[in-house]
Amino acid sequence: MITTDICIIGAGPVGLFAVFEAGLLKMRCHLIDALPQVGGQLSEIYPQKPIYDIPGYPAINAQVLVDNLMEQIASFNPGFTLGERVEGLDRQSDGSYIVTTNEGTAVHCQVVVIAGGLGCFEPRKPEITNLERFEGKGVAYMVKNPEQLRDRRVVLAGGGDSALDWAVFLADVASEVTLVHRSDTFRGAPDSAEKVFNLASQGRINLVLQSTITSINGNGHLQEVSITAKDKTVTTLPADHLIPLFGLTPKLGPIADWGLTIDKSAIHVDTTDYSTNVERIYAIGDINTYPGKLKLILCGFHEAALMCQSAFRYVHPDQKLSFKYTTVNGVPTF
Amino acid sequence: MIQFTIQDRTGDRQPIEIPEGINLSLMEVLKASDYNILATCGGMALCATCHVQVLNGLDALSAPQDAELDMLDTLPDAESDSRLACQIRIDESVEGAIFRIKSDEPV
Repeated sequence: MITTDICIIGAGPVGLFAVFEAGLLKMRCHLIDALPQVGGQLSEIYPQKPIYDIPGYPAINAQVLVDNLMEQIASFNPGFTLGERVEGLDRQSDGSYIVTTNEGTAVHCQVVVIAGGLGCFEPRKPEITNLERFEGKGVAYMVKNPEQLRDRRVVLAGGGDSALDWAVFLADVASEVTLVHRSDTFRGAPDSAEKVFNLASQGRINLVLQSTITSINGNGHLQEVSITAKDKTVTTLPADHLIPLFGLTPKLGPIADWGLTIDKSAIHVDTTDYSTNVERIYAIGDINTYPGKLKLILCGFHEAALMCQSAFRYVHPDQKLSFKYTTVNGVPTF
Repeated sequence: MIQFTIQDRTGDRQPIEIPEGINLSLMEVLKASDYNILATCGGMALCATCHVQVLNGLDALSAPQDAELDMLDTLPDAESDSRLACQIRIDESVEGAIFRIKSDEPV
């Protein structure tokens, strides 16, 4: 089991900066994020967008901000569990918590900080009859290991860059690739769209346009997909794998079941220290709400600083906290 | 005043009146009117959590730009009358329109 002082759920900019503020107070952090990389919304949704309201930076590229934050916290040596989703929260008799993930990772901590931004990013799921019944049995929402698809019949659904890119890639791997798209044009990268149309004309991709997948069936494992065209005609294709690629959508996830006061997908906090209604659980950044809340990264940074001052009493109950500027002591390291 | 109608996820319809000349997007009006939508990206056509279906008045709206069309392409339930509320400006073009909220309800 991983042991730390503060378990931070969410490795976006605010979660990362919380590591710095915690480090100044000699509190160790472990971060958990459902995404496979740090940076949260910045890295996942708009890595190349310039941000103009970070103090000291007239403009900074979102991914550069994430990289800088990682550099800023490096000396505090935080732990990371990435690509895993927080599932469980168990309060111990001494008030501490054990946070567990869907992959079985367990983190024992004195304080939990939810810095989950907009929540977990989960795959957008199309409305297909039986879809969830075949998850893990032929249905997946991302391609983790293309070799598992070698010489298999793969159906992809979607019209964005992911669908196009994987269709092109899998044309050389799978025995049969079918790409189903609701429109007759693709708005992904023109180069990728052209490759898909070329491969289709060569018979290496089965392109099914102006259609949607409406149901799937199988006996324990996916065996066939039914596709409904715009003219309502239905065709059934044999398939071993279905991969709907419709991007990600934010969800609050299991946090919604932790007894926290939640209003419209945001967690109510006390603005004196950004604590929630549950002792030793804090919420900072876009995931919290309070009168006057502004969903700005810089507001999340401020919240992280105040949260750490408050969390200190749980991590170091025997010590008195005396506030000092970084100009006094510099930045300590572990 | 500009008048249009919002149909919520339960099918209930509510008329909305907005003074002319107010520079708001439909997404901002929906949030201000306490409809439960995420509008995650804040209006940059990056998240599609403000997906609406235009039940009436689609042709009068200004045409969607590439960023909006790109995002709509990633939605499994997008139709030819789908739009992102954050990309629709509230002006005389929405007069009499009926918008159905199509994005998932935030959990």
